[in-house]
Amino acid sequence: MGSFSNKLSFSKKLKEASIHGCFLVNALLVILVLAGIFALLVWTSFPAFKEISIKEFVFSADWNPTSYVKESYGILSMLVSTLMVTIGALLFAVPIGIGAAAFISDIASNRVREIAKPVIEILASVPSVVIGFIGITLVGPYISKVFNLPDGLNAINGSILLGIMALPTIISLTEEALKSVPKSYAEASLALGATKWQTIIKVRIPAASSGIIAATMLGMGRAIGETMTVLMATGCANAMPTNFTDSVRTMTSAIAIELGEVAYDSTHYYALFAVGLALFLITFAVNLAAELIFNKKQKQ
Amino acid sequence: MAKDIVIEAKNFNFYYGSVKALTDINIKIEKNSVTGIIGPSGCGKSTFLRSLNLMNNLILTARYDGEILIDGDNILKKDIDVVQLRRKVGMVFQKSNPFPKTIFENVAYGLKINGIKDKELINQRVEESLKGAALWDEVKDRLHVSAFDLSGGQQQRLCIARALAVQPEILLMDEPASALDPTATLKIEELIQVLKSKYTIIIVTHNMQQAARVSDYTAFFMMGKLIEYNKTNIMFTNPEHKITEDYITGRFG
Repeated sequence: MGSFSNKLSFSKKLKEASIHGCFLVNALLVILVLAGIFALLVWTSFPAFKEISIKEFVFSADWNPTSYVKESYGILSMLVSTLMVTIGALLFAVPIGIGAAAFISDIASNRVREIAKPVIEILASVPSVVIGFIGITLVGPYISKVFNLPDGLNAINGSILLGIMALPTIISLTEEALKSVPKSYAEASLALGATKWQTIIKVRIPAASSGIIAATMLGMGRAIGETMTVLMATGCANAMPTNFTDSVRTMTSAIAIELGEVAYDSTHYYALFAVGLALFLITFAVNLAAELIFNKKQKQ
Repeated sequence: MAKDIVIEAKNFNFYYGSVKALTDINIKIEKNSVTGIIGPSGCGKSTFLRSLNLMNNLILTARYDGEILIDGDNILKKDIDVVQLRRKVGMVFQKSNPFPKTIFENVAYGLKINGIKDKELINQRVEESLKGAALWDEVKDRLHVSAFDLSGGQQQRLCIARALAVQPEILLMDEPASALDPTATLKIEELIQVLKSKYTIIIVTHNMQQAARVSDYTAFFMMGKLIEYNKTNIMFTNPEHKITEDYITGRFG
């Protein structure tokens, strides 16, 4: 028996090993690409820090690389702009997302669910330029009317659009999280005389909370990195925003606007890569946090 | 059976879609008694139990007819207030299912959804309920740790405490000890004996000895029919039907 299986196993082993190797290479390739992007960003932004102190870069709100008097490279206003539109987006996308997910998983009939889920997936695939159009032609005028502003290209507009773009991620993942909450919790709650509504709010959503937090973080990662929509809808004023009706220029739009016109090998050129590096670090941290929270949940 | 009748089923039929799960059930259950429901798997005993607090209504294909009277009210009426019914008829499930919350929060949950906000009252009820479920001494120093830190038997007693907190009149137990070891099972059985002074208890069990030990009355279900229903001591010593005797003595099951 032993020798019999040994004879067969050589070619089998070879096949197994080659399949194993194939997948390993694929997996390593992904890691390699990520590491490569990181290395490239570090490498190309490194020269910028010969001219700019990290302190000035992070804490100065003054970004004026083409000044005749004194060039300045502070990203604080862009950083604040990015965080403003992102947080603004989450403020309305998270409640709506959780509500929609709870509706789909707990309340909707099978037929409604079968329609709603693909529709949400289609929403995820709408190109960001198209969302930008909506911002300019639909959301913008409405905001300018409501807040009595000359135009509606500002942080609110960006927040609404980014919120819409983050919704599919938040809804799908929250729905998954709710689906994985054991049915026995809902049964216990209903058997105690709780209404369906109380059961969703007080038992099911809290039980899915780590999944919902992970969903929120991933939605946030989506919103932070989005470029075209905010470029089109926020007005892109290069100044420190003071409130949500101000026009803002996020990190992504600053890179997109300026990189096409910057002189190669100038400090400005490298500084834009440094902005990219900062953005990469933020999204990386957000995604890592989401992953850690999700893993903690899996262990429970 | 001259005592008060709290539950009475009359010609009760139950279907899952086109499958008939219970046929023509007629039974009267006495106040402050323990009724054991026994029968082979798939005989409809859990279905019957879950009909008493309308938990079966969560299943879309469930249909039923006949009457189930609880304190004289037909709970199968269309306009029945399910929420009120379930506050009156508590339930403990086969697998302990505490919420992923603290011990305290688990017991207080039923009070909070009932709109009780008075902290003093909540604290008092939580303590009473945990004492009622014979769990207080084991958890009084760690009320605010996760319910999942408790052992299986403790978790099941926590679920009993949670059900007691809303002060039901009837307690339905669906094989409450089937996942527990003998010591934890014994504790649950002792608890049932204490609880019956305050509550009417109906317990589904696979374990014949358990039915014999804890119940005053025993109902034997088979293939969706109530074959025999009598005082437990009579049922286990002198069953009316041959098939009951065969089941009780372990000839099938």
